[in-house]
Amino acid sequence: MSNQPATSRPFLIRLFSSPGFCSLLVLVAFLLLLEGLVRSGLVSRAIVAEPSATILGIADLQAKVDILGALRSTLTSTLIAVGLELLVAVPFGHLMYKRRAVGIAYTSWLASLSAAPIFLLYPLFLVVFGRNQVTLIVMGFLPGVIPLILHVQEGFLGVKQTFINVGHSYALSRRAIFWRIMVPAAAPTIATGVRLALMYTLINIVAVEYLVDVGGLGRIVADRYFRFDIPGTYSAIVAVAAVSVLLNWLIGRGEQWVRSR
Amino acid sequence: MRIFNPRQHALHLQVLWIRVCTILAMVALWEFAARSGMFYEGVIPPTWSVIVALVQELISPDFYVDLGLTVFGATAGFIAGSLIALVIGIVLGLQPFARRVFEPFITAIGGTPKVIFLPIIFLVFGLGIESKIAKASLSAFFPVVLSTTSAFVQIPKILLLTGRSFNLSTWQMASKVYLPAMANPVLTSLRLAMSMSIIGVLSAEIANSQGGLGFRLIRYADQFRIASVYADAILIFATAAFMNYALSLLQGLLGNRGRKPTAAERAADKAALAATSGA
Repeated sequence: MSNQPATSRPFLIRLFSSPGFCSLLVLVAFLLLLEGLVRSGLVSRAIVAEPSATILGIADLQAKVDILGALRSTLTSTLIAVGLELLVAVPFGHLMYKRRAVGIAYTSWLASLSAAPIFLLYPLFLVVFGRNQVTLIVMGFLPGVIPLILHVQEGFLGVKQTFINVGHSYALSRRAIFWRIMVPAAAPTIATGVRLALMYTLINIVAVEYLVDVGGLGRIVADRYFRFDIPGTYSAIVAVAAVSVLLNWLIGRGEQWVRSR
Repeated sequence: MRIFNPRQHALHLQVLWIRVCTILAMVALWEFAARSGMFYEGVIPPTWSVIVALVQELISPDFYVDLGLTVFGATAGFIAGSLIALVIGIVLGLQPFARRVFEPFITAIGGTPKVIFLPIIFLVFGLGIESKIAKASLSAFFPVVLSTTSAFVQIPKILLLTGRSFNLSTWQMASKVYLPAMANPVLTSLRLAMSMSIIGVLSAEIANSQGGLGFRLIRYADQFRIASVYADAILIFATAAFMNYALSLLQGLLGNRGRKPTAAERAADKAALAATSGA
């Protein structure tokens, strides 16, 4: 019967009609196909590593390149950069909301800059700050601060005038209106901005780490590739991608938590 | 006839004043940094040196060869990546189960730094223009596929039912119903994808190349010709801005730019933005 309750259907049918299980099945089928293609020689081992070697190689990476240390280094750079972004973006975004002319003057500039290849400036910062973490932090800061400023401005612009009027009717001070009404009302949009800023910062830091061969996760991929360790390169890519996916998921959950409150 | 509005006029003047002051302050700060001796000599060249380097780049025939390589790589990659993404986006929109199976992979990879896939791209496509096109395609693919899927899901059911009641073929449904209904968010994602393609090509050129603007910029940096690095960066920004502007014009012609976006369009834009993350 088509309208049979889902719980009374046989277990296997329920399992195969679950998208999560099918996603896993697709992934396993893809990896097995790739394994077969590489082992049969149809795809050269010099180009694609066997998935089994790639997965087993992730454990070796810790011994070879200290993947946890790399993760710590990338996360430290990212968190410092995001902290600086918040320090700059919140007051500046608020100023752009408060002073209409400032908002109009800078919004289109910032929107254009957000689509510009800012990471290209890394050779200049390498020369100014040296081949160290400061360059990574600056390169993470620049692409992250722009969406954050725009979201802070958008968040404050989205606060309903009625809320502010209610605050005035209770004779609240300007400070109280700001902290008790405007900040909570703008928080969901600002949380989206923080999520984007975190993602952009992390991605750009990893990109510069890869290109400059310095720092954490990005450097691991570059290190394995420059040694022409093909399974190691694939293991490093999978490990970095897995860490990125996990961090993005955590950031997304954090945003949902803020939005639900 | 436009009516003169003194408050609007004063606001425009204020905006202009802020912009001019910002540019002047930045140039003054730059000159101060260049002449203060706070940095190593040559690290921050005087603005005049940058202008001279900029002119030298513009009159150099080599520059246009590299510009052509970068623009070709970005455009070819953009077209390939966006077309594949549009088709997959529509297929995933049509098949809810397939969408729920494949979307987690697309969302997951869309949020990772694409630059880490460069070794695989170089191994598969070599170090020539093919690898630059492949990187541009990869960068363009994610914002378009996520935006298309999101926009498709939010097409009003009445439009789909009307199309089906007229017995439209798949191609007619795509060209007469799906694409017009998704025009605005898809065009916005295409604009983002173009920017991502340029960034994708530049990152591949910087990592491993013998030509293109990214290669040119990194070669100048290696030779410590800092004024030329700044000049190239300005020209690359200008190129990216021009290509972005061209697509904005296209969006204005094909879409409905200027009107307030609907909730569905905002959702699609957000989906695209989540996969638009620079390098």
